[in-house]
Amino acid sequence: MATLPLTTPEERVALFQQLFSDTIPHNKALGIKVLAVARGLASMRLDWRKELVGNPETGVLAGGPITAMLDSCCGLAVATLLTDPKPFATLDLRIDYAKPADPRKPVVAEAECYRITRSVAFTRAFAHQGDPKDPVAAAAGTFMLGTKGEVTRSQMVSRELGK
Amino acid sequence: MSSSGLIKRLNEARTKRDVSRLAEAIPYAKWMHIAPETTTGELLTRMRYHSTLIGNTHLPAIHGGTLGAMLEMAAIFHLLWETDAQTVPKIVNITVDYLRSAGPRDVIAAAKVTKQGRRMVNVFAEAWQDDRSKPVASASAHFLVQSDDTLPSL
Repeated sequence: MATLPLTTPEERVALFQQLFSDTIPHNKALGIKVLAVARGLASMRLDWRKELVGNPETGVLAGGPITAMLDSCCGLAVATLLTDPKPFATLDLRIDYAKPADPRKPVVAEAECYRITRSVAFTRAFAHQGDPKDPVAAAAGTFMLGTKGEVTRSQMVSRELGK
Repeated sequence: MSSSGLIKRLNEARTKRDVSRLAEAIPYAKWMHIAPETTTGELLTRMRYHSTLIGNTHLPAIHGGTLGAMLEMAAIFHLLWETDAQTVPKIVNITVDYLRSAGPRDVIAAAKVTKQGRRMVNVFAEAWQDDRSKPVASASAHFLVQSDDTLPSL
């Protein structure tokens, strides 16, 4: 692990990759890569793999892997705003499937946490394959803050973002 | 979008009265260990626990995305098996409510049609672990069942 303070965006992304994807078994299994992180914002990539396909005749990804990435990406956007890190959990998640993802091309998720209170964080996200104006899916997720258990290292990323 | 393979599999499964054949046609369902079953007489969808489902290693808890995914699959299996579908339903959207944290155990889901329209179906699905009266997540989803629209289908 890189030593603090992290000075470059590349170092931050590498640390977030380790915390958010590599230490969360399901994200690791999906092969999710963290692309960028900033206050209130997060971006991730999911590469096409035959195991993640819904229909082998078309090669189109199932909805599940995209749902899982959008959930994670919204969660990371929330974590970037937690100046006082605490455990949190998804309260609800709505996914609109705008169109099928093109087979064999990666899917990129971009999430924003646009409002955070003591108890709840509100997020929006889009998944696309290169053109953010032509999304394959859109998400709206809310998160409950201060849930049971201990805060995880991936929920503490705001400490790594500086001011 | 072609879905003849799955419909062929569905008709085979109906003839043999073996719903588990449906999951075999879907690579993601196999990878996730998600499969329908009728062992109790009711159509249920089970996500067999395996360690890569975990999203929070501290609690530990199953990743919320996998619960959404299995509720979506439960809704699709329900539409395929319990209605006389001859096309694969196209999902429009799904809203998942997370009710409790899900521990490192199997998750089971049941679905029902809330409203069947000519083109659009609304399905409600609920998932639980040990106690059916304590669901871990529920979802409502819309599917197009009769349309040429370009929307994702299995």
